Amino acid sequence: MENLAQIAMQDVNFGAIMPSLVLVCFGMALLLVTVFSPRGKTTHVAYLSILALVVTGIVSLATWTPAGSLVGNWQEGFGGSVRLDNFATFFNIVFLIAAGLTILMSDDYLKREEYPIGEYYPLILFTTAGAMWMASGTDLMTIFLGLEVLSISLYVLAGFFRRQERSNEAGLKYFLLGAFSTGFLLYGIALIYGVTGTTKVALIGEILANNPSLLTNTMTLAGMGLMSIGFLFKIAAAPFHMWTPDVYQGAPTPITAFMSAGPKAAAFAAFLRVFVIGLAGLQDQWTSLLWILAVLTMIVGNVVAIYQTNLKRMLAYSSIAHAGYALVGMVAANAIGLSGILFYMLAYTFMNLGAFAILVLAGKKGEDNLTLDGFAGFGFKRPFLGVAMSIFLLSLMGIPPTAGFTAKFYIFAGAVEAGYIWLAIIGVLNSAVSLYYYLRVMVYMYFRDPAEDYGWVKMHAGAVLSIVVAIIGVFYLGIIPGAVMEFAKLAIF
Amino acid sequence: MELLFFYLVALIAVISGFLVVKCQSPVNSAISLVMTFFCLAVFYVMLHAPFMAAIQILVYAGAIMVLILFVIMLLNLGAEANKRYAHSVAGGALAGVVVLLMVFYFLRQGEATGMKGPISTELIAQIGHTELIGRTMLTDFLLPFEIASILLLVAIVGAIVLAKKEV
Repeated sequence: MENLAQIAMQDVNFGAIMPSLVLVCFGMALLLVTVFSPRGKTTHVAYLSILALVVTGIVSLATWTPAGSLVGNWQEGFGGSVRLDNFATFFNIVFLIAAGLTILMSDDYLKREEYPIGEYYPLILFTTAGAMWMASGTDLMTIFLGLEVLSISLYVLAGFFRRQERSNEAGLKYFLLGAFSTGFLLYGIALIYGVTGTTKVALIGEILANNPSLLTNTMTLAGMGLMSIGFLFKIAAAPFHMWTPDVYQGAPTPITAFMSAGPKAAAFAAFLRVFVIGLAGLQDQWTSLLWILAVLTMIVGNVVAIYQTNLKRMLAYSSIAHAGYALVGMVAANAIGLSGILFYMLAYTFMNLGAFAILVLAGKKGEDNLTLDGFAGFGFKRPFLGVAMSIFLLSLMGIPPTAGFTAKFYIFAGAVEAGYIWLAIIGVLNSAVSLYYYLRVMVYMYFRDPAEDYGWVKMHAGAVLSIVVAIIGVFYLGIIPGAVMEFAKLAIF
Repeated sequence: MELLFFYLVALIAVISGFLVVKCQSPVNSAISLVMTFFCLAVFYVMLHAPFMAAIQILVYAGAIMVLILFVIMLLNLGAEANKRYAHSVAGGALAGVVVLLMVFYFLRQGEATGMKGPISTELIAQIGHTELIGRTMLTDFLLPFEIASILLLVAIVGAIVLAKKEV
């Protein structure tokens, strides 16, 4: 028994997990609120979850250190399992914005589709908390469990419309493939642990730097490969993108919007922290791997998107392409490329969630009308939504003065600076290809006569508010990107 | 002697693992899976990890397999579930062989030994395997341990949302 007395308690430091702690507490409280609410009433839960996100946002911003992510400028806790540095805080804000916009557009949507189930909102909060653990985790176990919390909530949310076949398919497909890819990630973690004897990311980096013989070790390389499969699956990079179109199409539209922004950013956060810090010694290996995959992802996403007539599916392929652009920044792995990824995630959150908010408003029950033909003449019938959709599409294309342009500019500038000229050229050519399918939507909206009268689009305050916020975000990041880019530069390692 | 025993158990593990995929009836597959789990438990014992062996049998061979069998029986899957995927068997077999050859090649090529972690055999002998697991779980891995409870909560809520007749 005397041994038990010797256990050295780790420094717990709740400050290091404060944002996720607040969010999880709100999530659990909201679960209780839904239990005691009358059936079918969910609006108050939506308001309360917005409140939860705002409080968490304030708590997160309070931890920002203007001195940048230099040594020691962070809250560390639980024996180095978690570190709340500027990097984590920047991503936390991205997750909170994504979750907030999603919840704003959800309430009336759930009523229209006749699934007013309150547990929807706590699940989004738990997903966000999981994303935060991925961004702030400095131990592979924290990152892994954060990923699991995020994934399991998303599986449920993707299959949320349980009497709809397409939603069931989305949930099941996402679950099976997601569980499979998690296996790869875990196997990779196990191999890296086997090589280095630790799961702490910073310590892995140190051990690999001090023992160069480990860098050519078969187990290290296999571990790196397996871990990258796990992360690349979550960011939907080719060739691990097969699940994306079906899941994005089948899931409830706000959840699709959320999936394309929040969890993708979370996977990038963990991917960056593990690879740039933990596996820094293997940078030559993983850059050559990611170079190929970035090109493949951009081409697959953009080329296949051309053939899509369903808009949710088209945006799914477009999100694959955008993951490819962001990977370019990771290949560059210099200050401008890495901070470019952070900027890109924020910009993509605004423009993509805005575009999906319009699909939420324009869709009818069952959403069979979200096709190109369904959008014929939409621009003149619904001027506000038409203009807003055009803005988001222009931003997704990367046309100035929108956020999409500045985001791509930083990423490609990083690639050029790091000497990857060809990669930047391929990226720009791919953006040119993407003009075709984004512009086609605008052509249908403004130059085609509507086939039939599609009735009255009910404007919901929540969705309109999220569209307005997204427009402001797109233009702010497009016209005055300097301030946010400064934040992003302070946030990288 | 120990090596011989290892190869024997490994052979059984691989054969029963193959049978999991190969068996026509899902129930037979599940039973083969139990066999694989038992073989893994034997490996844990050989690696001086008795606690892991016990957990492997209790949780995997016991609890999880019972659940899997329940689900198979409830769903009443027949042999037709296999037929639908007959065309992809060839592709899977090809991919499997390629991966196997790659693993062989790389294991022959490079070395695959790593650093030793902080927990040595002497420490295990001195303090005890189970106690060490408990310690690391509540000190080094306290946060992951707590996150796991949120994970279970989310899973329970999700299962209810998806499966209950009226939410």
